[in-house]
Amino acid sequence: MPVRAAHAGPADRPGDAPPGAPAVEILSADKVFANGARGLAPLSLAVGEGEFVSLIGPSGCGKSTLLSLMANLQQPTDGRVLWWRGGFDAVGREGRRLSLVFQDATLMPWARIAANVRLPLDLAGVPTPQADARVAEALALVGLADRARHYPRQLSGGMRMRASIARALVTEPNLLLMDEPFGALDEFTRNRLDADLAALWWRRRFAAVFVTHSIYEAVFLSTRIVVMAANPGRVFREIDVPEPFPRGDAFRTSAGFADQCRALSVALMEASLASGQGAAA
Amino acid sequence: MTPLVQSARFREVGPPVLTGLVLLGLWEGTCRLFGIPEFLLPAPSAVARVFATDAPTLLRALLSTLEVTVMAFGLAAVVGTLVAFVFVQSRAVERSLFPYAVMLQVTPVVAIAPLIIILVKDTRLALVACAALVALFPVISNTTLGLRTVDPGLANLFALHKAGPLQTLVRLRIPSALPLFFAGLRISSGLALIGAVVAEFVAGTGGTGSGLAYEILQSGFQLDIPRMFAALFLITAAGVALFLIMAGLTRLALGDWHESERRPER
Ligand SMILES: Nc1ncnc2c1ncn2[C@@H]1O[C@H](COP(=O)(O)OP(=O)(O)OP(=O)(O)O)[C@@H](O)[C@H]1O
Ligand SMILES: [Mg+2]
Repeated sequence: MPVRAAHAGPADRPGDAPPGAPAVEILSADKVFANGARGLAPLSLAVGEGEFVSLIGPSGCGKSTLLSLMANLQQPTDGRVLWWRGGFDAVGREGRRLSLVFQDATLMPWARIAANVRLPLDLAGVPTPQADARVAEALALVGLADRARHYPRQLSGGMRMRASIARALVTEPNLLLMDEPFGALDEFTRNRLDADLAALWWRRRFAAVFVTHSIYEAVFLSTRIVVMAANPGRVFREIDVPEPFPRGDAFRTSAGFADQCRALSVALMEASLASGQGAAA
Repeated sequence: MTPLVQSARFREVGPPVLTGLVLLGLWEGTCRLFGIPEFLLPAPSAVARVFATDAPTLLRALLSTLEVTVMAFGLAAVVGTLVAFVFVQSRAVERSLFPYAVMLQVTPVVAIAPLIIILVKDTRLALVACAALVALFPVISNTTLGLRTVDPGLANLFALHKAGPLQTLVRLRIPSALPLFFAGLRISSGLALIGAVVAEFVAGTGGTGSGLAYEILQSGFQLDIPRMFAALFLITAAGVALFLIMAGLTRLALGDWHESERRPER
């Protein structure tokens, strides 16, 4: 399977330079688990700098598996994963920083919110004054400045999730991976956090990979949506969302939004029909 | 100011104290009413009289028992934690050593105490060894389990940010282990006291000794039952005090964040 060339983006792509170098590339990688189960068929996917790519598809189609390959938490059985055209060793250096947001907040219960957010900086050995300033900035960004000294259990679910996002942002990542970060939240909170995330991405323009089950969320946030199918897990279709940024509440109620949602619904239905037919792909 | 009866403190401590006082009253009344002889069941007032006359001896005995208990507990805590750290290095190490830890646990201390007392010249040291053996296992098993029980999501996070083994140990594994570690310490502190008293009994029957168990033995020989009760009371009080101290320590260490130490908001 040929490697997807640098993605030709939508008209209103943010950023001065056209998206060129891929931040992360999956090169005909597959995943067979220890028990023989096939998690992913060989697939290729590239996410360029300045792109916001959502992964959507039926449960069990390998979205989380794909994301953990991108985070180097699992290795592909065959094929390769490249970060900025290199191996994982160079990830973490200036300009190649990677962060991950899990489905649940995954905070250290024994540490205050500020200490939780600070963890990636501590692990990287960032000196204290500098780290303090960045933690304060990240907390302000997600609206938790007044909760720095609280413990995770003293916050609501939505606040904990925002703390988790602050922890991912504190390193100023160039690639941000998110696995259903708002999946456990009510729709009202989720919409608000989506809007915050969209605004933030517009300002920082990191490459983003976002796993979701929500059609609305995918359309609202993404520059490109990857629809996956299951059995075996594979890329079923890619849909560009060439709507302009910044996107706000007006976008949610626009005709363009509705059209995109409809197109994505159709693709998802087809993907779920195409799932469960073994190696029919 | 809130009246005493309504304060939260009183609601917590009041009922058990009141129950105790009522029971003591009943006990005293029964003894007097039926004229029960002191060598069968001494009245609380008789026991109190022993404290008045015999306080120095009893307190010296208490101090001696407490010393053995505290030293044994400290030893068990340190050794148990070290063993746990060795265990979590690899499953193979744990598999080959754990059965022996279990053997240590299931062998009754009364059975090995005579051997230890013969082997170890210094009686005090022998007592500490016996009590430490009894107190060791909960520390080992709880700390091992605690060090292994790490949130997989947090483990992934540490891996993603390329944390070294030492960073992972200090920032993730040890804090994760604390709740189980303290639960282990709490059990172990009680066991250390039991171990100390049992060892004192064994040593006492061999003719050497000090401590509260020795006082109980001596009082038994002399049929000084009120004195026996007084010593017994001191052992119980020491046990309760140990428990309270450990609970306080746990609260100090975990109170801010752990669910088990969560207090209702006032
Ligand atoms: N460690 C594992 N061992 C065996 N099979 C696994 C393992 N992890 C995942 N799988 C299987 O791989 C497939 C893909 O799993 P994955 O978690 O990536 O799906 P997903 O798309 O994230 O699903 P969901 O939307 O429900 O989160 C599933 O069929 C799952 O059962
Ligand atoms: Mg998943």
